[in-house]
Amino acid sequence: MTDRVTLTIDGKQVTVPAGMLVVDAAKKVAVHIPIFCYHPKLGSAAMCRQCLVEVGRPIIDHATGHPELEDGFPRIQFSAKLETACTTLVSEGMVVLTQSERARKGQKEVLEFLLTSHPLDCPICDKGGECPLQNLTMAHGPGKSRFLFDEKHHAEKQVPLGELIFLDRERCIQCGRCVRFQENVAGEPVIGFYQRGRSMDIVSFSEPGFDSVFSGNTTDICPVGALTTADFRFGARPWELMAAASICSQCAVGCNTTLNTRREARSDGQIVVKRVMPRQNEQVNELWICDKGRFAGYHYTERDDRLLKPQVRRDDKFRSVSWDAAFLQAAEKLQDAEKPVFLVSGRLSNEDLFNLLQLADGLGAETLLYTNMGGGDLTGMVGLTSGSNLADLGLGDVILVVASDLQEEAPLWWLRIKQAAERGAMLIVVNPRETKLEKHADYVVRYAYGDEIKTIQDMNKATHKIHKVFAKAANAVIFYGSEGLGLEGSSGLAGACTSLLVDTGHYARPNNGLVGVWQRANDQGAWELGFRPVKDLQVIFDKSEVVYIVGADPVGDGAVRLKKRKPFMIVQELLSTDTVGHADLVLPARAFTEREGTYTSGERRVQRFYQAVPPRGESRPDYEIVAEIAARLDTALEREPGLVMDQLAEHIPAFGGISYLKVSEVVEQWPVINRSELFYGGAVYENTQGLGMQLRPAPVTSFPVSKGKGGLRPKEGLLLAVPVNKLYDQGLTVLSAPLLRERIGELKVCMNPDEADRLGFENGARLRIGLNGNNAKALLVVDPTVPSGILLVPRSMGLPIFEAGMPVLSKVRKKVTG
Amino acid sequence: MRFGEPVLELVRGMWITFKSIFERPVTVQYPEEKRPVRPRFRGRHVLHRYENGLEKCIGCSLCSAACPSDAIFVEAAENTDEARYSPGERYASTYEINMLRCIYCGFCEDACPTEAITLGDNYELTFTDRRDAIYDKDMLIEPLPAGSDELTPQKVKPGVHTRAVPEMKNPDD
Ligand code: SF4
Ligand code: SF4
Ligand code: SF4
Ligand code: SF4
Ligand code: FES
Repeated sequence: MTDRVTLTIDGKQVTVPAGMLVVDAAKKVAVHIPIFCYHPKLGSAAMCRQCLVEVGRPIIDHATGHPELEDGFPRIQFSAKLETACTTLVSEGMVVLTQSERARKGQKEVLEFLLTSHPLDCPICDKGGECPLQNLTMAHGPGKSRFLFDEKHHAEKQVPLGELIFLDRERCIQCGRCVRFQENVAGEPVIGFYQRGRSMDIVSFSEPGFDSVFSGNTTDICPVGALTTADFRFGARPWELMAAASICSQCAVGCNTTLNTRREARSDGQIVVKRVMPRQNEQVNELWICDKGRFAGYHYTERDDRLLKPQVRRDDKFRSVSWDAAFLQAAEKLQDAEKPVFLVSGRLSNEDLFNLLQLADGLGAETLLYTNMGGGDLTGMVGLTSGSNLADLGLGDVILVVASDLQEEAPLWWLRIKQAAERGAMLIVVNPRETKLEKHADYVVRYAYGDEIKTIQDMNKATHKIHKVFAKAANAVIFYGSEGLGLEGSSGLAGACTSLLVDTGHYARPNNGLVGVWQRANDQGAWELGFRPVKDLQVIFDKSEVVYIVGADPVGDGAVRLKKRKPFMIVQELLSTDTVGHADLVLPARAFTEREGTYTSGERRVQRFYQAVPPRGESRPDYEIVAEIAARLDTALEREPGLVMDQLAEHIPAFGGISYLKVSEVVEQWPVINRSELFYGGAVYENTQGLGMQLRPAPVTSFPVSKGKGGLRPKEGLLLAVPVNKLYDQGLTVLSAPLLRERIGELKVCMNPDEADRLGFENGARLRIGLNGNNAKALLVVDPTVPSGILLVPRSMGLPIFEAGMPVLSKVRKKVTG
Repeated sequence: MRFGEPVLELVRGMWITFKSIFERPVTVQYPEEKRPVRPRFRGRHVLHRYENGLEKCIGCSLCSAACPSDAIFVEAAENTDEARYSPGERYASTYEINMLRCIYCGFCEDACPTEAITLGDNYELTFTDRRDAIYDKDMLIEPLPAGSDELTPQKVKPGVHTRAVPEMKNPDD
């Protein structure tokens, strides 16, 4: 059998791979067959019957095995009934008519049927204006309906499926896209069909309702306005929105997004972001984004406590000053200090970081990265390189995930790894407790907290099964996280993973390498540029004269405790953090929505975001602030992000060849999504602003030997508090999204039931936890998947925790009221 | 030129003036007296209410989309049964028309699915400040119909006003 077939669709000949569906083949020659239930990412269900077409096949002469000819052309026999293009596979010599009288009649009548039970409340529907049902009705629908008005279907409107997604039962056309998305793509079947026929309903089975971190995507792919988000509800009509390409700043995946903006009366006539939509990038996030990116994507940039003016502390009070005065003071302080310290975080863009680096070089300053996860030096050497795409991994490849609860930390990686596993890639999950990824794993390796490094080192022995798997695999990627680990532990773990990859030859080529599950969008970029963390920030703060803190909150996170003698603190920030409260000079920075820049994702892809809204107050972009300070120190730095990137590419070898032009290039992606035809994508945005560009492999031949020990081990009779990352935490960037409050909840710590029994605590008990001198109240959740001797403490939930430690527990007496 | 000609011309002119003394005056004593407008006159817009006082406008922005001069700005918000402005889920929390931009074409009226907006017969639009030319919802909305005493928002019984667009009828009936 040949692997390519040629067929004719509406008179246009097309050659496509065998096994393709007629509906997709038609796309190739720009014939758009109307569809509702089909979606190239979800496959066929043939539930809506909208895609009816006439299909003819050549008549084969049984004697010769060749098509019968008539006037030199094969004789075509059309099937008696119309066929659904979304389930019919292409075959050699097939003739498809999508516009014949019969086909058009079929399509029209299906639409007429669909509309009999549709409320037609387009004027108040959030989908109105970008609705496939509207579009197809305009293109293919009947002008007049024959239905009986008295029999019009009425159903409940405004049904909350949880607090994030609303269902309008009347509008649902029962295409099943949402149900199939949750089941097949997200792998979390928390919604489903209930009842049959006209009473068929979408219901949520979970508690809380629609409990999936991908739930927002169902509102994009729903071909009608049956599913809408609580976030955007009645926010604007789609045609009133402007669109700016952006990159999600909430995790290291770097999903491509579109920020829809509008000028609003309720925001004092400002242009504000109204919603976050996915932007297609088949190499990063395909057509999806997670709910954190969607429902908390920009909200923190619109907080009331945004810093709007430069301020200095005088007599223990903040006074607003002009930028000029602020720059001058910053420059003087930095120059006068013996060895100033620059403390930066992965929230900054590559451009900001590069300018900071240049300024620090000129001053002889120390540059520090604010993070509690190490190993970025190694991901810079053996990380993914240009040409890598998780979607390419499949049969014969291996993916190993260690010390990370990936769905909580980087949902889109979780999704793509799950899909790779479904394509046949071997998935090995190495974690001390059960995570959601394990359901899709081929191997689960469980280790005790503290044994992370040893476990991976053991795997690297030539006789070990996993070593053999790696040695045989065509491609191998390791994702490592920081569950239960601090800086040193995670560095050691990265080292062990590197050895495994290097020893089995899986580095410096596409689709092979080490990926760090960072907590911030540009941690990878900061490492690539040479920023490194230190183990003890306190020491730095104790001995330095001047600290320049950019995009980090060490005071609020409890990473440092300010003493009487504290350094002069120049703090460049967005929001009034605790660090800002103790600053001596405050420089207000712009949010990523208000400026341009690039982030380097965990997969080492440099991706560009654009300005979506005007800046707030007098804030300025970080790279510009740094350049202004430098100018006062007679150092000339670029102030235009594109030029900064050119400089960066020149100075940092890994960034060689990268420019704004390059990262803005696009190629045609499959499936074809664009806003002029909305059958497939729903409201997903076409990517016209750039797919990004991956960094080169670093030219290294030797790797640092992995040292470092793992995290702490639980001691007999004692509890070990283990830090874990949560998707919805109380960090300012998430907490600012009012919609997620309920999902964030309070500080919940988890413990094994036996352990709880031993300590005399019950499920739901209120505890007070003391850890390294910090205290917090917490709710106890008894969870059998937690190993004994362990107390899981989520990071950024009110109790500062970086490394594993021994907690002190006491029960909080409930106040008796009434 | 003959001698009598200028005199004749003068007399002729005076005669016309004299004649008009007996004609009915055409001057209207505006503003005390107002000229009636034609039935299809297009003047300043009015936003209407239902008999029960609820606003007809559901904040759909279709008028603003139809407007060729971009004169209308609508912002929507969600109704609750505790504070209901209009039937259904959605109402206009902000509704503004810039009368300096409006060309009185009536497209907004055609676009409106609930017949909430019509061009009325008020032509008295004068401003001393450009900003005064922006009419907001309070200035556009009609007063309460007789027999109803509740302004919007109203507190209503749950489950009564569930539909934004009035009950659909067979157009052939
Ligand atoms: S809610 Fe939307 S996606 Fe789900 S079945 Fe109904 S129409 Fe389809
Ligand atoms: S997976 Fe990460 S980058 Fe993607 S939308 Fe979610 S938070 Fe943003
Ligand atoms: S009358 Fe015409 S120009 Fe004036 S607001 Fe309506 S649509 Fe706009
Ligand atoms: S006046 Fe009519 S068209 Fe305009 S927003 Fe209100 S309901 Fe919609
Ligand atoms: S049946 Fe083919 S798209 Fe629904």
